Amino acid sequence: MNLFIQISKYIFILLMLLYALKAYTCIGQKNARKRNRKLASQTRIMYIFVTLGFVIIFMNQKKPQLLLLMAGIWIYFSVTQKLYKKLYPKSSMLLVNNMLMLLSVGFVMISRINLSEGVKQFIIAAGSTVIALVVPVIIRRLKVLAKLKILYAILGLIALGVVLMLATRSGGATLSITVGGITIQFSELVKITFVFYLASRLARDASFKSIVIASVVAALHVGILVLSTDLGTALVFFVTYVVLIYVASRRWQYPVVGIGAGCAASVVAYHLFAHVRQRVTAWKDPFKVYDTSGYQIAQGLFAIAAGGWFGVGLCQGQPNSIPVATKDFMFAAICEEFGGVFCIAMLLVCMCLFILIVNISMLIHNRFYKLVALGLGTEYAFQVFLTVGGVTKFIPMTGITLPLVSYGGSSVASTIIMLAIIQGLYILREDEGEELLEIQRKRSRGYAAGNRQ
Amino acid sequence: MRFSGRDPEDTQREIGSDVRNILRGKNVRNNQGRTRQENANPSSARRESEAEQRARLEAAREAEMRRRAEAERRAANDYNRRPSGRNGGRRRVKEDPEEKKRRLAAEKAAKKQRKKATRPYAIISYVCIGLFVLLIANLVYFNVYSKFSVLNSPYNKRQDTMAAYVVRGTIYSSDGNKLAYTSTASDGTDTRVYPYANEYAHVVGYNSNGKSGLESVCNYDLLSSHTNILDQIVNGFKGQKNPGDNVVSTLDSRLQDTAYNALGDYNGAVIVMEPKTGKILAMVSKPDFDPNTIASTWNELVADSGSSQLLNRATQGLYAPGSTFKIVTSLAYLRKHGTIDGFSWDCTGSIDVGDGTIHCYDGESHGQEDYTQAFANSCNTAFSQIGLDVGAQILTDTAESLLIGKSLPCDITASKSRWKLTDTDSDYILAQTAFGQGKTQVTPYQMLLITSAVANNGTLMTPRLIDHIENTAGQTVSSTKASAYKQLMTSDEASVLKSLMEAVVSEGTASALSGRSYSVAGKTGSAEYTKSDGTMGTNSWFVGFSNVDDPDIAVVAIAEDGGPGSQTAVPIASQIFEEYYSTH
Repeated sequence: MNLFIQISKYIFILLMLLYALKAYTCIGQKNARKRNRKLASQTRIMYIFVTLGFVIIFMNQKKPQLLLLMAGIWIYFSVTQKLYKKLYPKSSMLLVNNMLMLLSVGFVMISRINLSEGVKQFIIAAGSTVIALVVPVIIRRLKVLAKLKILYAILGLIALGVVLMLATRSGGATLSITVGGITIQFSELVKITFVFYLASRLARDASFKSIVIASVVAALHVGILVLSTDLGTALVFFVTYVVLIYVASRRWQYPVVGIGAGCAASVVAYHLFAHVRQRVTAWKDPFKVYDTSGYQIAQGLFAIAAGGWFGVGLCQGQPNSIPVATKDFMFAAICEEFGGVFCIAMLLVCMCLFILIVNISMLIHNRFYKLVALGLGTEYAFQVFLTVGGVTKFIPMTGITLPLVSYGGSSVASTIIMLAIIQGLYILREDEGEELLEIQRKRSRGYAAGNRQ
Repeated sequence: MRFSGRDPEDTQREIGSDVRNILRGKNVRNNQGRTRQENANPSSARRESEAEQRARLEAAREAEMRRRAEAERRAANDYNRRPSGRNGGRRRVKEDPEEKKRRLAAEKAAKKQRKKATRPYAIISYVCIGLFVLLIANLVYFNVYSKFSVLNSPYNKRQDTMAAYVVRGTIYSSDGNKLAYTSTASDGTDTRVYPYANEYAHVVGYNSNGKSGLESVCNYDLLSSHTNILDQIVNGFKGQKNPGDNVVSTLDSRLQDTAYNALGDYNGAVIVMEPKTGKILAMVSKPDFDPNTIASTWNELVADSGSSQLLNRATQGLYAPGSTFKIVTSLAYLRKHGTIDGFSWDCTGSIDVGDGTIHCYDGESHGQEDYTQAFANSCNTAFSQIGLDVGAQILTDTAESLLIGKSLPCDITASKSRWKLTDTDSDYILAQTAFGQGKTQVTPYQMLLITSAVANNGTLMTPRLIDHIENTAGQTVSSTKASAYKQLMTSDEASVLKSLMEAVVSEGTASALSGRSYSVAGKTGSAEYTKSDGTMGTNSWFVGFSNVDDPDIAVVAIAEDGGPGSQTAVPIASQIFEEYYSTH
């Protein structure tokens, strides 16, 4: 039994490494047949990973629901892939695979820590995926999306206003609202409207006046988040804002001023807010404040250290000793049981996902969608940076989840929708490509006809 | 990855209006386009996979500019009447060199512009990829460097779970005696056994109710198994625990025994170290406790704040250094004047300095003396003058250069000594500090390191308690090597201090150690302190080393309330030297 788990941990590492390798070779692969072969083997890896994971958890916890959940995940995988292939043959299957792979790491780890959370995560992921299937159609058909800037701003600010209200009422403890058993964290959904707002504001008009308006709206977003003590999300928004201003204006002065202002603001925040100071002290030496704010980070570090390179094996560690292991400290829990090598491979998969997102921002012609893609990509990358960096004590902990992997309905749903938007852009871009070819064909035909006369 | 991308602007500028017009009737036209293409070019009518077609579309788009130029030329030359875009495009047509030049220049400019257009996107992408790389690098760094201190953190309860798979390894003395081992009862319960009971209580430490000493420092090693992989697999099948690695310490059980007995009933500490290798051969602290029974006596031990039995006085006990500090003051004098020659002092037994009076120990008056005699006699009045001569600044610099007040290299927990002298302190405080009273407090370990540096020509070797880690089969897993930690003083300075310390043995307060088969150099100390009941006590100090020209061992001994150094500490050191040279 122990031996089986010891061997399985190396298998997990191998699977993840292999998956990451296939993902990267797939990006550059022009030959469709070879690419499909790689995608198929990725799919196989996903199935093996989930099966092996759930079998081990089942052997340890002996809960029959685990096997049901595993079967559910199988169905989810195959249906998702089939639907995307059927409905959107032009979508990026690599993107779909990466999404499913990261989700499956989350499914396994969350179910191992807390089965009911695992089931919830699965239901939300499956539901969001189905709902998100309409997103590419919307992106493709609704040209008006690029013009709704005021709507995005109002939606975003109202949602954040609700968050602030909740935060002030509960003293910063709750940032979500529960409706009919489903907890909605608005800041997750505002991530999307925020990017859409900035992109629509700046796509046509990157004049100084436009940038000022964008800055005011962005400052409102970030300000509300800081007041609601959701520092991680505030930081993500701020960075996204700086990036989009820079790309739209093509002036390096803006990011320089923006980063300067950001640094100044963080110094002010440090002196102004006790919870900011607390996080910085906990980061500097978590063991000094072990009994209070350093406890969580210390437990996370213990977990990562215990895992070492190869992990202690699934179900062999103590992720339960880390507070909120399934959310903010998911990465530490994975490090402990799957090991550092596995986590590096997983980060590479996250990076691959990011590359796919920004790649479309460079390929697509529509300026609005270029900005949308880059904005969403930046949000994703920076969120990964904040959470993984925070858990590994690289930067102060900001209390943010690892997209797709961590437990959290709103986070998973918003990331899946975000990726569906990116799929929409992939499809849109193929359309653009065909249009160009059509124009070219028409012209050459026209010339030929002209000569014949 | 591909960051090739077409600029939106330059394409849109040229054909933007066309795109917008065409966008509206897209679906119909897409289908038509495909049919037309097949009709027009029957040779390629074979079914293409969706993806291949996509790749070709991509290629076509990339070469759009060039094709258009060629198509124009074809039209002009009436070269090719076939309405085929793709195959025709590959034909090489002779072109006017002028035109070619112009075309190439245009292409180059277009490419440049395209690159420029996507540059901000590329920059952001690379910055974000940089963030991912940083995360990975940090994770690697953590696993290579920072992991071990986290693993051995006293807060870390996770290590203990490894005990479910590994039998905690044994801690050995350098001469092969078991200092701590785990015995497994027939019902599978493990007990940690300390055969020497109290003798190694502080240095080896304990492993329940927290951890201390080597048990704490080597926790990770003791719970790691490097037994051969086949055995591990067999154990895995049998459901047996793997044997953990063993720690072989540098401690010499004979010297530890001697030091422990020599200190007798005194509270205090004794440490023995090889100045040339940094190996610590013995470390004793009293009062002590029995680590075998610590779980049951824990509450008493913690509650008894008066005697602090759990405190390792050798590395954590803070004492006034007394006259042993005259080594430091002498180094300061040497650094100011470059020599001790020319110093002379007439000791009358006491002297007024500022607002106080300084006495020599027991009010003895030493008369006319040079520097060496003042040092050998441990003359307080002379050293108060030396202190005033040197001044607070140089004295502070010298103390700091000898690591007083700094964190010390030590495998187990060691406290920093306390150095509180400032420029604003009175002359009286300065004078007191110079002969080791005042506000200065040092650990015995601190004085041992200074003495070892003097013995080893000024170089402090990194002190070591762990010699090597081995697996159950006795194969070395990792080992420590002698390495210089820091040059605390020049070898010239060290040799002057050596000669001063030799004089202490030949004609001064430690003359009990003279006339042996081996040479000894040292310094006694009689440090006065106020006891908890308000009366005055004297801590008995000795620091020194044997075989002066090629030092073998350095010893520090302190006996609390043991009277003058010559009375208690020197005999303790003497027993240790005797034991050492009975076999060396």
